[in-house]
Amino acid sequence: MSIDLRRSIQWMLIIFGTIIFGSDNAHASEAEIDTLQRELNDLRTEYEARISGLEQRLAVAEQNARQANTRVAQVESAAAQPATRSAGTGAGDSTFNPAIGVIFQGQAWNFGDDPDEYTIQGFPLGGEAGPVPEGLSLGETEIDISANVDDKFTAWLTVPVVIEDGESAIEIEEAWLETLSLPAGLSARFGRFFSGIGYLNGKHAHTWDFVDQPLPYQAFLGDQYLDDGVQLRWIAPTDIFLEVGAEVLRGGRYPAAGAGHSGFGGRSLFVNAGGDVGTGHSWLAGLSFLDTESIDRPSGDEDDPFLFSGDSTTAIAQFVWKWAPNGNWKQRNFVFQSEFMWRNEDGSYTLPGSGPLAYDNDQRGWYAQAIYQPFPRWRFGTRIDGLSMDDPGLAFAGSDLADPGSDPRRYSLMVDWSNSEFSRLRLQYTRDEAGFSDDNQFGLQYILSIGAHGAHSF
Amino acid sequence: MNRYFIILVLTLLPLVSQADLEVFACEPEWAALAVEIGGDLVEADSATTALQDPHYIQARPSLIARVRNADLVVCSGAQLEIGWLPVLLQKANNRNVMPGSDGYFEASQFVERFEATGNVDRAKGDIHPQGNPHVQTNPHNVGIIAGALAQQMAELDAENADAYRAGLANFTSRWDAAIAKWESRAAPLEGARVITHHKSWVYLERWLGLQEVANLEPIPGLPPTAGHLSQLVKQFSNNGADVIVREPYQDDRASEWLMDRTGIPAVILPQTVGASEEATDLFALFDDIIDRLLGATQ
Repeated sequence: MSIDLRRSIQWMLIIFGTIIFGSDNAHASEAEIDTLQRELNDLRTEYEARISGLEQRLAVAEQNARQANTRVAQVESAAAQPATRSAGTGAGDSTFNPAIGVIFQGQAWNFGDDPDEYTIQGFPLGGEAGPVPEGLSLGETEIDISANVDDKFTAWLTVPVVIEDGESAIEIEEAWLETLSLPAGLSARFGRFFSGIGYLNGKHAHTWDFVDQPLPYQAFLGDQYLDDGVQLRWIAPTDIFLEVGAEVLRGGRYPAAGAGHSGFGGRSLFVNAGGDVGTGHSWLAGLSFLDTESIDRPSGDEDDPFLFSGDSTTAIAQFVWKWAPNGNWKQRNFVFQSEFMWRNEDGSYTLPGSGPLAYDNDQRGWYAQAIYQPFPRWRFGTRIDGLSMDDPGLAFAGSDLADPGSDPRRYSLMVDWSNSEFSRLRLQYTRDEAGFSDDNQFGLQYILSIGAHGAHSF
Repeated sequence: MNRYFIILVLTLLPLVSQADLEVFACEPEWAALAVEIGGDLVEADSATTALQDPHYIQARPSLIARVRNADLVVCSGAQLEIGWLPVLLQKANNRNVMPGSDGYFEASQFVERFEATGNVDRAKGDIHPQGNPHVQTNPHNVGIIAGALAQQMAELDAENADAYRAGLANFTSRWDAAIAKWESRAAPLEGARVITHHKSWVYLERWLGLQEVANLEPIPGLPPTAGHLSQLVKQFSNNGADVIVREPYQDDRASEWLMDRTGIPAVILPQTVGASEEATDLFALFDDIIDRLLGATQ
């Protein structure tokens, strides 16, 4: 281990430790102060007890009188006229209209190798996928704005401020509207949104359990498949949870590109089912399919990209199992989740300095992870993720698209600490056997949010 | 194709339930109250059990399915369920129970809420700007909410409106008698000094004239810390409080630790139906709360 590496590990541990243990303060060290404080406290307690005893009696008397009045009024109104409807104050974060929240993310990340050289043999990365920035960096700063439009529509906007080539830029990540009042368990969403395929695809980065997406999401979906389109979703009227969804998408983003079929270049279908086992266990399982058209889709090196044109078809199977003793999530809980992806890419690749070469390849990717919270605030997690592919043929020998020989794989460990549901600090270590050489990566990440914070889905 | 669809529908049909009024309650006390009013006309299930902290619930697929099939959603509100109910409502695609509709009922909106504040600085912890949502711990509140709930049930299921009104009248007369009994039994508790784990007993305290002198949580929603607990030991070791109370879903270590060091008895208080063996319905719930407080303070 190099001196630099050791020094950065020490620094990170010191910072992490200081924040966590420093926040649980107040072991007064000197005996004198203790004694003084105790005497003061005794005095104060006695004094406060008397005052608050008096206040209490007064309040009780007032309260009883008020309740008697309210009760009479209530009984009268119940007999005479319809009661006031609850306006829904607790079921949405609409204290401000619209609800606005900001999520701060950042990290310190350390590589053994040079991350600028990072590639996964056989799987040139596209979209947002890629290694975490080296050293200290600001992650995506995300502004979420949401509100009901009226009684028929609700709206959501996510505007991340991202750093691209050293410049900060505002993007529209998500901007969608969703119906509130379609009949028969139906809803429609339109605009720009994360596709409903898979389990992790729709999860915002601040809810991830690791600093990065697992390999199949990086290699097959460019981290997350996000596109413009329309989604229709139906919930079956059954005791068991059964959801069917379908989407038509523009096909503008990885794994699609070029908005093929006159801007209808992507289609998806997903089915999810879920339920409980006893009060402590619950599960969710699903299957999804994504079929996209690509026209000159870039991947790999940004300045000298590979260009793919053709059909890309992805199938995903997902399974999530959650457990908490008695279902009391706050104290202790455990989550296991795993997804498998199959992808076929059928078309042609144009490599830098060559004409298009026919390409028809089957690829597979998977991950499995487990997260355990043994007591409030602390979570410990582990993840394994990997990829494999068929040999794309002699035409690609020696290029970044050639069969890697040994399957790309990573092993990760993480521990995170959440002071409240609005702040989280995370340490992660990853053994990366997916890049050119085996590499040890580790770092510290923070995720904090202010303002309205939407409820998280299962 | 059509034939397969018909077979699919016929297979799924028996899974669809058939009660007059399907009630999705967020907490057990509201499921119990709906049944008190509606009896057999109502099929009421609670999303949470008495052993679960209702602030921290996963928006589970099973709950989405239940909201999808519900005629009426009954919750505490005042943002108690803000971490999960909005997701259930958004994912369940059931327009009949969306906030503002006849199928949506928030109990806390019908009673006076304490601690409502315009100041939502999160440095002060998990504050509910619309006031403390744990309104069910005062039976007067439950009586008021019963009136409003019965009214909404009667509108929603107009055919059985008379039955709901009769159910309410029956419940109210028994409830009023029970309140009088509880108040006379609990008279010796007036002025008792309590330390609570979470700030979830303020309505009970005002009702019975208890004095809340401290919380085990340093600020609302944060688990007790060693620093805060040793502060409490200093503050209360000279008999500064009569009882330490917590809900059954709270970690027992903090209150047991404080009991060991101060000698102040620690008890589990049932916060809802099913939270103790004795609390089998709403009436038994308050019987048991008073029994336990009397037992601990004598």
